[in-house]
Amino acid sequence: MSYVLLEDGTRFDGEAVGAPQAVTGEVVFNTAMSGYQESVTDPSYARQLITFTYPHIGNYGVSDAAMESDRIHARAVIMRDARNHTRHGGRGWLDWLRAEGIPAITGVDTRALVRHIRDAGSMRGGVFGADIDERDAAVAIAAEAPMSGLDLAREVTPAQALELDATNGVRGATIALLDTGVKSSIVASLRARGARLLIHPCTSDAQAILAGSPDAVMLVNGPGDPAALDYLVEQVRGLVGRLPMFGICLGHQLLCRAVGLETYKLRFGHRGVNHPVKDLATGRIEITSQNHGFAVIGPGGEHTVDDERPVRWETDFGAAELTHINLYDRTVEGLRLPEARASTVQYHPEAGPGPHDALHLFDRFIAEIGV
Amino acid sequence: MPRRDDIRRIMILGSGPIVIGQAAEFDYSGAQACKVLAEEGFEVILVNSNPATIMTDPEFATATYIEPLLPGPVTKIIERERPDALLPTLGGQTALNLAKALHEDGTLERLGVELIGADYDAIRRAEDRELFRETMVAAGLRVPRSTTATSVAEALEHIDEIGLPAIVRPAFTLGGQGGGIARNRADYERIVAGGIAASPIGQVLVEESVLGWGEFELEVMRDRNDNVVIVCSIENVDPMGVHTGDSVTVAPQQTLTDDAYQRLRDQAIAVIRAVGVETGGANVQFAVDPDSGEIVVIEMNPRVSRSSALASKATGFPIAKIAARLAVGYTLEEISNDITRATPASFEPTIDYVVVKWPRFAFEKFLGVDADLTTHMKSVGEAMAIGRTFGQAFLKAMRSRELDVAAADLDVPLEALLERVARPGASRFDELLEAIRRGASTEQLSQATSIDTWFLREFEMLVHSPEAAFAGVRCYKSVDTCAAEFAATTPYHYSAWERPAADGSARHEVVRGDRASVVILGSGPNRIGQGIEFDYCCVHAAMTVQASGRDAVMINCNPETVSTDYDTSDRLYFEPLTLEDVLAVIELEQPEGVIVQFGGQTPLRLAAGLEAAGVRLLGTSVDSIDVAEDRGRFGDLLERLGYQAPPYATARTLEDALEAADAVGFPLLVRPSYVLGGRAMEIVYSRADLEGYLRRSATAPDGREIFLDHFLENAIEVDVDALCDGRDVVIGGIMQHVEEAGIHSGDSACVLPPHSLGSEMLDQIREQTRGIALALHVVGLLNVQFAVVSRPSGAELYVIEANPRASRTVPFVSKAIGRPLAKLACSLMLGETLASLDLPADLMSSRYVAVKEAVLPFNRFLGADSLLGPEMRSTGEVMGVAADFPTAFAKAQAAAGSALPSSGTVFVTVTDSDKAAGAGLAAQLHDLGFAIVATSGTADAIERMGVPVRKLRKVAEGSPHVVDAIAGGEVDLVINTPTGSGARSDGWEIRRAAVTRGIPCITTLSGGQAAARAISAARQGDPQVVSLQELHAAS
Repeated sequence: MSYVLLEDGTRFDGEAVGAPQAVTGEVVFNTAMSGYQESVTDPSYARQLITFTYPHIGNYGVSDAAMESDRIHARAVIMRDARNHTRHGGRGWLDWLRAEGIPAITGVDTRALVRHIRDAGSMRGGVFGADIDERDAAVAIAAEAPMSGLDLAREVTPAQALELDATNGVRGATIALLDTGVKSSIVASLRARGARLLIHPCTSDAQAILAGSPDAVMLVNGPGDPAALDYLVEQVRGLVGRLPMFGICLGHQLLCRAVGLETYKLRFGHRGVNHPVKDLATGRIEITSQNHGFAVIGPGGEHTVDDERPVRWETDFGAAELTHINLYDRTVEGLRLPEARASTVQYHPEAGPGPHDALHLFDRFIAEIGV
Repeated sequence: MPRRDDIRRIMILGSGPIVIGQAAEFDYSGAQACKVLAEEGFEVILVNSNPATIMTDPEFATATYIEPLLPGPVTKIIERERPDALLPTLGGQTALNLAKALHEDGTLERLGVELIGADYDAIRRAEDRELFRETMVAAGLRVPRSTTATSVAEALEHIDEIGLPAIVRPAFTLGGQGGGIARNRADYERIVAGGIAASPIGQVLVEESVLGWGEFELEVMRDRNDNVVIVCSIENVDPMGVHTGDSVTVAPQQTLTDDAYQRLRDQAIAVIRAVGVETGGANVQFAVDPDSGEIVVIEMNPRVSRSSALASKATGFPIAKIAARLAVGYTLEEISNDITRATPASFEPTIDYVVVKWPRFAFEKFLGVDADLTTHMKSVGEAMAIGRTFGQAFLKAMRSRELDVAAADLDVPLEALLERVARPGASRFDELLEAIRRGASTEQLSQATSIDTWFLREFEMLVHSPEAAFAGVRCYKSVDTCAAEFAATTPYHYSAWERPAADGSARHEVVRGDRASVVILGSGPNRIGQGIEFDYCCVHAAMTVQASGRDAVMINCNPETVSTDYDTSDRLYFEPLTLEDVLAVIELEQPEGVIVQFGGQTPLRLAAGLEAAGVRLLGTSVDSIDVAEDRGRFGDLLERLGYQAPPYATARTLEDALEAADAVGFPLLVRPSYVLGGRAMEIVYSRADLEGYLRRSATAPDGREIFLDHFLENAIEVDVDALCDGRDVVIGGIMQHVEEAGIHSGDSACVLPPHSLGSEMLDQIREQTRGIALALHVVGLLNVQFAVVSRPSGAELYVIEANPRASRTVPFVSKAIGRPLAKLACSLMLGETLASLDLPADLMSSRYVAVKEAVLPFNRFLGADSLLGPEMRSTGEVMGVAADFPTAFAKAQAAAGSALPSSGTVFVTVTDSDKAAGAGLAAQLHDLGFAIVATSGTADAIERMGVPVRKLRKVAEGSPHVVDAIAGGEVDLVINTPTGSGARSDGWEIRRAAVTRGIPCITTLSGGQAAARAISAARQGDPQVVSLQELHAAS
């Protein structure tokens, strides 16, 4: 026996199937029906407990190919009916969670849990063994820092810079990547298009980044609150306009903050692989992979973009426009600075997991660099 | 892009009669499309030959034509109605083929009709095997190695390149009809020859076998801005080799990694773009090699399909509705998601439950057919279940099948079970579970079946701890397209078993307002004898309950239907129709009452249990139902009323039966009690026949009673549908069967109003119907079957049976008389009186004649005898309406796919007792210009009439014989009446040859006479087409 306790006192029982320890963090939910391994190894899930809405998780085991980083970043996994199935002699999901020391709970009425979070908003919580008293569990949850205001990029960024060559045999652009918790799929998408990557710890300053003479800068995903990353925003301000730049997820939020926009915490975030996003310039709709708890506020203070025309305004780096919106809730999904040759999206064109509809954005970026 | 305003009138084609491979799902799709197009302000011209559909209710279209779905009649309708556009993607393969024909013969261009939804080129690219293959290869996609052939010789040239086993698929047929898997050279030649014959263009595709690979389907939608979404993925638990319609399938896919799934998704999008379906839905099928992950594209349907209906029910995303809106110009983002209301349709549903679909078979009705499951679809219906886990969904779906006969005998050695599961048949999962119970290992089963090990492990868990899947409390969750990410108001529910809330209560999501509710029990999976007609009645009941100010609550488990559209009722519970499942809904709903009269036998079987549980049943009481079904009680009632009935007896043993038989008198109609659709019903002429029957059926259903009724030979059968409120009776319709008594009423053609009964007899029929209705205290509908026997003393009327419930003929009668009988009956059940409804005592009009004809699946079950009998075997029906009987009959024949020839050669062979009448019929046909051929006995009788006739040899007399002549295309019409008993082998060969050749084969003299009149009438010129709205405007 094991249970999930939320900070508002709501409790859901289940059975422990992962590592035995108790953990706390922010309880979030992901609505994808496949891609569980990619999700838990995505560094953006640091300090979060992932509730999967799809009941059977673990159907096809785990594999090296599905790793989005070198380890599991999610604090715990909450499931309705976990499986430990293996195929082709691979490794079982639950065996792996246990080996990696990650607590997991199954048999939870995850739909009831999700409905609760949807209505009450994401909140802190924990997974506890039945032997832990609910009052003690509540104390542990209260001791967990709320997500707002947390700099988690520092926790997941590598200690050392790293250089990686292209994987398609082409000697193309050199791209400096500011690693706030990058997913392997982003790295792979760039290298497969001929990019040589210079991966920097997120604490590196602009000078260190420019020292490698990159042709462009890549800002990537990562955990935590973008509003707690002023040092990163400053770095970005030092880079934007000097080199072509592409940002994804947290990277999008950092560039938006760099041009003066604010960010805020969504009630329960966007985590799934079915969110429709519209490119306001072309009218095209992409089904996107999403994983973010914070979002960007438009230049006029708007949380949603109700118009179909791109929102344009002037920034320190020249003209800017909001290029993409989420058709679920009309939140901001993309920014472009034409003069600075910089653009960003809130969603995940690299997929991993999710649809490939937006992979072309990497092609566009490579083309923009023009090397 | 908004709604197109350059089109105003849109023609929609339905899919015609229910046949294997094309069932109620197209009524669901078409009805949805009609609804949204009307909402958008378009005028809809609807054509469908099937009266038992909601879409042909007059209020669903501006003009509704129940006419044959053939180029001739449809061209006439286009000329009269001048639609601006034709939407051909909602009526299955029938509508696509018809649209293609109308394009090719220039009709659409001549009359300025634009194809919307899918244009001609897209239809061809998807449907023409070779073109499809070229299109896929050009798009960089892999398809199985294949070739097309138009002859066996041509196919043999490629046998080495393709390799064996090879899959043979005929071009342009429904559900892979006429195809198969060839494992050796002899199979190869035979199946190729059959496929070429089955294909309307005489072409087959022979392809590399991917047997045993995983089979996946993706439902794709695209709008005119080229935005594409995947609505649902479906995985077949049965790997490649079993037609998807015959497979147990699960949604979403369970076994692919995200990476592998995304590759399928990319390819599905590439397919819809390459084929060029500009707007609307498509279904793409893939095979995936479980070892290498290699993907091949199998096929694509550029239209809504059985799978899209399943996907709609599985996700809550209404594909047909959205396809219709896309076809008239909208884009996905302009259409709102019905369920969340807050979000647009340009998203991909995600679900937090598991959906399992089970096919429903009816092999017990087609003795002698090959019951192996292949690429040629053989199931007649399906049940779907939703559960929070695969185990819940699988077991719920399994119990939703409502089998009439137990699954195969499982009491055999394990080795035998393993052999059976290796060769898929209707009971393979029952066998698989039993094999696991006996200790078969996953490796053994995987080897034998190629079923993915994930599913095999799930089955192991279900076998070893079946209760684990249903641990916790039953609670009702909602289908919301978004895994609860957004609040949804759509009242579409399923039961799940979950841990209770902290206070021990179930976490129900059902929002039950304060209004009184009425629960309507649906009819479950379609099967022979219980099909779309009952769903039609249930939908009408829901409409009536709503109109009365109450909430309509539907319980059903058939994903094909209109009743399981969340729009049809106030709350939909997608649940098995077992007593336990139904009572659980009732406990939550606390309804004012429950309606069991409209869903056929399925709800009736629950009536006693519901009543015992204290549930209030609306309408006719359980006791009255019992009086009607219990031979003894019903016999007493008729005796009290002074009505005649054929003598009968009941018996439980062979000895009793033989003794009783003599007392009742041969010939006898024998059957087990409480049967549906005349199952296991036979006519026996002697003690030996009877003994044979009893020995054969001794292993059948249960130890219940056998009924022995004296069979009235050469009687005219009559069916009556009537309304009663307990005080007054209104006759809805009187139908005279074309075939004589002894042919199951569901398989017989019938005429409304009767074409050859005198007014005195009709009055007597009305009188006795009224008498029975009142005696049974019927509140709602009553169906009575009579037989009229000509005696020297005059015609005599016999009561055969009475059913105090909605009958199969209710939709036909409703369309024929222009009054919704099921709605009227439901009002009575809710407390209205006939007096308040202000109806005439008889609702029939005499201004026109309506003919219902049955459609039989013999072309799919080639081994079965096509001879009509007391056991019902038809899957669907069509209707023909005209000013006179012969014309209406001819229309019905054409609509049923057995258009009568206007000239050519007729082969006549009749039993001795029919010789005189048969010769008369031959003379009539000769006068109409037909050449007559016959076997010796019949030929002699014909010659005596002075009619020239050419003699053909019997099969036993050696080639060239009659079967050769039929197979060789020398015959255009077969009239073959069998002898009453035995010696059917020659006839069987003749009928089989006719079915294979696709020529009409009439097995009763009365049917032959009707055909002759119809042929004669057809000479007066093509029949006029008329809409229901016109037909009933003046009545």
